[in-house]
Amino acid sequence: MATIRKKGSKEVPAISTSSLPDIIFMLLFFFMATTSMKEVEMMVKITAPEATELQSLEKKSRVRYVYVGVPRDQYTKVFGKETRIQLDDAFADVSQLEEFVVRERESMSEEDQPYMTVSIKADKETQMGIITDIKQALRRAYALKINYASVQRTSY
Amino acid sequence: MGKRKVQEINASSMADISFLLLIFFLVTTTMSVDKGLSRQLPPPLPPDAEKPEVEIKQRNIFVVLVNSNDELLVQGEPMDIRNLKEKAKEFILNESNSEALPEVIATKVDFGNGEETVMTTKNHIISLQNDRGTHYQKYIEVQNELAAAYNEIREDYSRAKFNMSYEELSEDQQKGVQQVYPQKISEAEPKNYGGKK
Repeated sequence: MATIRKKGSKEVPAISTSSLPDIIFMLLFFFMATTSMKEVEMMVKITAPEATELQSLEKKSRVRYVYVGVPRDQYTKVFGKETRIQLDDAFADVSQLEEFVVRERESMSEEDQPYMTVSIKADKETQMGIITDIKQALRRAYALKINYASVQRTSY
Repeated sequence: MGKRKVQEINASSMADISFLLLIFFLVTTTMSVDKGLSRQLPPPLPPDAEKPEVEIKQRNIFVVLVNSNDELLVQGEPMDIRNLKEKAKEFILNESNSEALPEVIATKVDFGNGEETVMTTKNHIISLQNDRGTHYQKYIEVQNELAAAYNEIREDYSRAKFNMSYEELSEDQQKGVQQVYPQKISEAEPKNYGGKK
């Protein structure tokens, strides 16, 4: 009698995982493309104030930031502990703000220019004097759309 | 003899490596959605222009003062921030048509399908003044409470009129509601109201 004999063992062949890296890479690229790294190095300490009636800023290209707060520990030797303004990557004075806004507005695309929004990111312990000075400077620079950056309040 | 088979490179660890990278990016990047309170500043006055004298009736002004100790004075009375919203709503709505609250005027409002006459308190003004020493958190809280008062009023109004949430209204209808209850928060030049600097 002839018998059919199977050669080799009866093991289940392993599932090919060679496409797994491709899938993961795709995910990786997705995340790399969608998330944005922080553009500026924060030189001031900021804890945003809390509020409930928040609106989100939509177009990033139309928003410019003004940071206000106390210099971080590594800068206190040079810049002291008084509240300071940070524009881009440097400390600045209120008098430079007007020029900054004008310069930034010129660097925007033409269709974005009328919608330029200045977001004030200030520490909640900041005194209003400096904020008022900033607002007056923004008015002079015709940057009238502003936003007070704040976080959602969770409890009273 | 015969073909020598090239041994396949073991690629099973590749997935681990890319997973590691993926997790690294997930952790380090922040999906930061910038949020905040949006405001419109008034345009600057030309330097040579006279300050325009605007006559505003006393009953139309709602004065909120914040001093350097972060204490509130609303319409001449000290007040806790938690009561500010209700007080502001009462002022803006003036449901009782009181003499002390802003005047109620018939106004023509366009909700997108012709003009209608609605009774509004459109001449009211909320005047917010703060000290240079007021803390930013307090200022944001006050702004927030006033914004909340307006949002609630508009929400209630659109529920009563259109039976819909303000968010769901068409653009014209939203504009109409904004005309009925315009957001009028005026900020005066800051002064030093006593106390520490």
